[in-house]
Amino acid sequence: MAALDSDSDEDLVSYGTGLEPLEEGERPKKPIPLQDQTVRDEKGRYKRFHGAFSGGFSAGYFNTVGSKEGWTPSSFVSSRQNRADKSVLGPEDFMDEEDLSEFGIAPKAIVTTDDFASKTKDRIREKARQLAAATAPIPGATLLDDLITPAKLSIGFELLRKMGWKEGQGIGPRVKRKPRRQKPDPGVKIYGCALPPGGSEGSEEEDDDYVPENVTFAPKDVTPVDFTPKDNVHGLAYKGLDPHQALFGTSGEHFNLFGGGPQGTSSLLGEVGVNKGRKLGISGQAFGVGALEEEDDDIYATETLSKYDTILKDEEPGDGLYGWTAPRQYKSQKESEKDLRYIGKILDGFSLASKPLSSKKTYPPPELPRDYRPVHYFRPVVVATSENSRLLQVLSESAGKSVPDPGTLSRHQLNASKRGELLGETPVQGSATSVLEFLSQKDKERIKEMKQATDLKAAQLKARSLAQNASSSRAQPSSSDVGHCSWRVALSGGTAPTRASNFKPFAKDPEKQKRYEEFLVNMKRGQKDALEHCLDPSMTEWERGRERDEFARAALLYVSSHSTLSSRFTHAKEEDDSDQVEVPRDQENDVNDKQSAVKMKMFGKLTRDTFEWHPDKLLCKRFNVPDPYPDSTLVGLPRVKRDKYSVFNFLTLPETASLPPTQASSEKVPQHQGPDKPRKPSRWDTSKQEKKEDSISEFLSLARSKVGPPKQESSPLVIKEEEHVTESLSNKNISKGEDSQTEGEGSRPSMDLFKAIFASSSDEKSSSSEDEQGDSEDDQAGPGEAGFKSSQETDSVETSSVARTSEPAPQEPAPSFPIQKLQIDEREPFGPRLPPVFCPNLRQTLEAPHKEKHKKNKEKHKTKKEHRRRKEKKRKHRKHKHKGKQKNKKSEKSSSSENADSSDSQSDDEGPADLSPQELLRRLKSLPLRRQ
Amino acid sequence: MAFPEPKPRGPELPQKRVKTLDCGQGAVRAVRFNVDGNYCLTCGSDKTLKLWNPLRGTLLRTYSGHGYEVLDAAGSFDNSSLCSGGGDKAVVLWDVASGQVVRKFRGHAGKVNTVQFNEEATVILSGSIDSSIRCWDCRSRRPEPVQTLDEARDGISSVKVSDHEVLAGSVDGRVRRYDLRMGQLFSDYVGSPITCTCFSQDGQCTLVSSLDSTLRLLDKDTGELLGEYSGHKNQEYKLDCCLSERDTHVVSCSEDGKVYFWDLVEGALALALPVGPGVVQSLAYHPTEPCLLTALGGSVQCWREEAFEAEGGTS
Repeated sequence: MAALDSDSDEDLVSYGTGLEPLEEGERPKKPIPLQDQTVRDEKGRYKRFHGAFSGGFSAGYFNTVGSKEGWTPSSFVSSRQNRADKSVLGPEDFMDEEDLSEFGIAPKAIVTTDDFASKTKDRIREKARQLAAATAPIPGATLLDDLITPAKLSIGFELLRKMGWKEGQGIGPRVKRKPRRQKPDPGVKIYGCALPPGGSEGSEEEDDDYVPENVTFAPKDVTPVDFTPKDNVHGLAYKGLDPHQALFGTSGEHFNLFGGGPQGTSSLLGEVGVNKGRKLGISGQAFGVGALEEEDDDIYATETLSKYDTILKDEEPGDGLYGWTAPRQYKSQKESEKDLRYIGKILDGFSLASKPLSSKKTYPPPELPRDYRPVHYFRPVVVATSENSRLLQVLSESAGKSVPDPGTLSRHQLNASKRGELLGETPVQGSATSVLEFLSQKDKERIKEMKQATDLKAAQLKARSLAQNASSSRAQPSSSDVGHCSWRVALSGGTAPTRASNFKPFAKDPEKQKRYEEFLVNMKRGQKDALEHCLDPSMTEWERGRERDEFARAALLYVSSHSTLSSRFTHAKEEDDSDQVEVPRDQENDVNDKQSAVKMKMFGKLTRDTFEWHPDKLLCKRFNVPDPYPDSTLVGLPRVKRDKYSVFNFLTLPETASLPPTQASSEKVPQHQGPDKPRKPSRWDTSKQEKKEDSISEFLSLARSKVGPPKQESSPLVIKEEEHVTESLSNKNISKGEDSQTEGEGSRPSMDLFKAIFASSSDEKSSSSEDEQGDSEDDQAGPGEAGFKSSQETDSVETSSVARTSEPAPQEPAPSFPIQKLQIDEREPFGPRLPPVFCPNLRQTLEAPHKEKHKKNKEKHKTKKEHRRRKEKKRKHRKHKHKGKQKNKKSEKSSSSENADSSDSQSDDEGPADLSPQELLRRLKSLPLRRQ
Repeated sequence: MAFPEPKPRGPELPQKRVKTLDCGQGAVRAVRFNVDGNYCLTCGSDKTLKLWNPLRGTLLRTYSGHGYEVLDAAGSFDNSSLCSGGGDKAVVLWDVASGQVVRKFRGHAGKVNTVQFNEEATVILSGSIDSSIRCWDCRSRRPEPVQTLDEARDGISSVKVSDHEVLAGSVDGRVRRYDLRMGQLFSDYVGSPITCTCFSQDGQCTLVSSLDSTLRLLDKDTGELLGEYSGHKNQEYKLDCCLSERDTHVVSCSEDGKVYFWDLVEGALALALPVGPGVVQSLAYHPTEPCLLTALGGSVQCWREEAFEAEGGTS
């Protein structure tokens, strides 16, 4: 009727039940207009339809929160102080009070829980339910109950379970017989009317074919007499569908619908009844197919006439059908059903194997030798000679590693000459086999002496120096370092651990060293009586006192040297004492090929390298880009650990080992350093530059220690040499510089020889790339620098010519000029220059100050030890040398040239301006000696 | 109602000098347009950074705070902040309106050649002669860079940023493109020290200028050479190059005081615009209009196409 109403008045929205049909002649009531149809809550407030939590009415205050004033926090607490005890808000904190009321979604009223409700409601029934869980009128009901309410089992149940009882088993001693098919066995669940219990059980008992003697079974469960009153309208003993079977049962079980097969017609009769009842919707199939059901064909198997026998023929013996023409397949399948019960359905065309498969024989993994280590590690190799046997010992003690037997040196630890010796070759005459051969006799002797001296004294020296130099902690680091580093110098192939943390002042006495380390550890933990703890109790008082002093001082020294050193140097990128280094997995390879490709303009594949590169996660976030490698913690190019003692790593790796030893060793060998002063490392002295600082002596010592970490590409050596040379120059005089240069070269073989010796083939590649880089840098830097220089000088020489031609240039504010001059002088020799400031007028007017300034700068340069500057100057010198001849021409040119403004003349000054840098490079490469 | 497409005008090259700014800040190391091309930034060797209206020639603000000459600057997409880098090895984030230093990022070991904001101005990328590119986070207070790209073997001369790529030219003769989305680094070998790199407007190509007086147009994806442009002189200085507003022309500074325009496709020299005596140090091309800024010595010139008429008679 409501529908009728709404049909007539479409604009009306009505809630509730419809009105009674109107009587004839009665005036229709005026419908309540929409705005008057209100719903009020318990407080008299209007409720509005809302569709939210509480029954579709508005929650809170007119669909908002809280009160008219809006939402107010319960109480404000500054989170600054009470950050820790911030209370966790539950969902209730965001609910309205209506939601918490009786009809809300979360009623707060005290309600008996289902746990208690079910028990208190009907205690007898509950008991019966538990006892006869299986035989309940609707088997699924209890199950559903269990699903919904927490199944609270009685204590008896739990006790039984703990004693090993399982649901469905009977109670009592185990019996020697086949387990009887339990009554609640889902496999024989019967739909429709249950079978009389006697018949089927008897037949099952007869099925017993083989029962092992020693197997006992649980007794059969006795179904207690069910005293539950029949309170439903089903037929007697009717059981509804068990959801177990409807949802998860296999098809075979469904076939049991039609009874146990041969036993009795009663089941079949029952079945017919079921078929009838199916129409009433009671049967299992009426519930349809669940989503979880695997096969639905059987469920919907309809009994077609074709499945029935239409003609009479002989029955199979024992069939038990006696003329009934029910589908045969059900019966025949029954046999395999037993086995299938636990396997599941067998695929078509397969049958169960009669014999079990013979299991494959497995063999245990081989047993590892007890001392097997899965990681290979390299021992520092010390060539044991009579000279350094003591040293060997010291080293072994300090490193805690066993020194390998000198006789068992591997092939890789021998050098070419030694291998030759082993093979019985005669040493090559004439050509030098060692760098030492290039040394003068005097130098050789000196090295030898020193080696011996250090060998003998090194260990004692440091101990003594520690003991003696009580107050001068300054002197100690050097002395101890000397001792320390002398190993490095003296050992060929030894890699003494040189990190500050490996500082071992008492390496000579392992006991003492052990105590010292213990002391350090204790001190780190902040124990005040650290000293007392770790001193040997068996020592005399005097010894103790001495050792205490020593330890304290050594600790101080360790800290101070560590901190002072670390403040000066950046960390080595790879650990010095580990056997492996991290190197970028992919390296930009082979510049030579690329260069030729560039020459041929074959850009593309030949000139391109592609690497995996991991951007930082935050960077991706900031770029609004998904992280391409969400699982990796890597940043940058992936790096791999490589064997440290492979030369190839160092050929391409620009990073160096720790600096302290190198510095110390250069102190150690001052004779070879010549006029080199120990340089103050600047901020620029990072990785690459550090190498360049090393002097030739360092290089020699490196050459002797074949595996020393400072061994790097040979290319820096070139620079090293140059630097060394330039350092020996007095700064301004070119000719003098050249003299000293030639002097320097006279005493040593040319760099090419060193290169020829030390650069392996792949080394050459990388070094040549470096060289080229350097060269190109030189090229681009050099001309710029030189050009600028020369322009400056031509300025001073030919002021007039410059001044004449440079009138129309814009005026530059005066004070900025000196600044710019300074800047120009301080430019680092990297990359392309910045164009010079173009202010010819000022040049003219400020000629004198300019020169002064320049001089000043040069003085400054002299005092400053920043090697960059020197390098720069060196470059200048070199370029001057190069351009020595051109300069004269240049000056003529620029004076005669039309566009003689400074920068143009500058660019003109570039003698080989027409040559491309590539060309220049090539030329330089072909004439390597010119560089020296 | 489909209107007929407007006839594509032939590209006009800016060759009429409409304004000369005498910056008064020493040598102008770099001149840069802001994001919409209405303003420009000049980096002076007297440690200042100046913001101009280039067409009117009015100085809007001077930003001082650098400890050495300013070498490059960039403006954020919303014009609210600037970043600059200079010889004092610092990268500075400025507030445009107040002229104050917001952040100073220190960490480079050498002078900072080039700085760029990313698209959302949340990261500053700075390239330095210490051969590293550092990505500074503008959002957090972290003093360290988010990431340091130290793959280059020599100083970084140029860095450009697209929405997901970082393009860097280095003096070691390689152009490296870090693709954040793919997580890959593409390294193209050019051989000669790179002075400037830039993306084309369509983001498909990269323009690379190197010290062998050649500009090369490389395909971004394959690294193939699409065009080569030469005729100018660039052998010693770090000079800028760029593409015109519609990718029709390649523009480059030169050491002979001219700005060279090449046709992008043909590679033929279209125009050699004489700017003045000296070296044209830097240039900037308007993002949408044929307007060019050049920096020569201590002044900045603003160039427009021939047909351009300055509004308000301010020229």
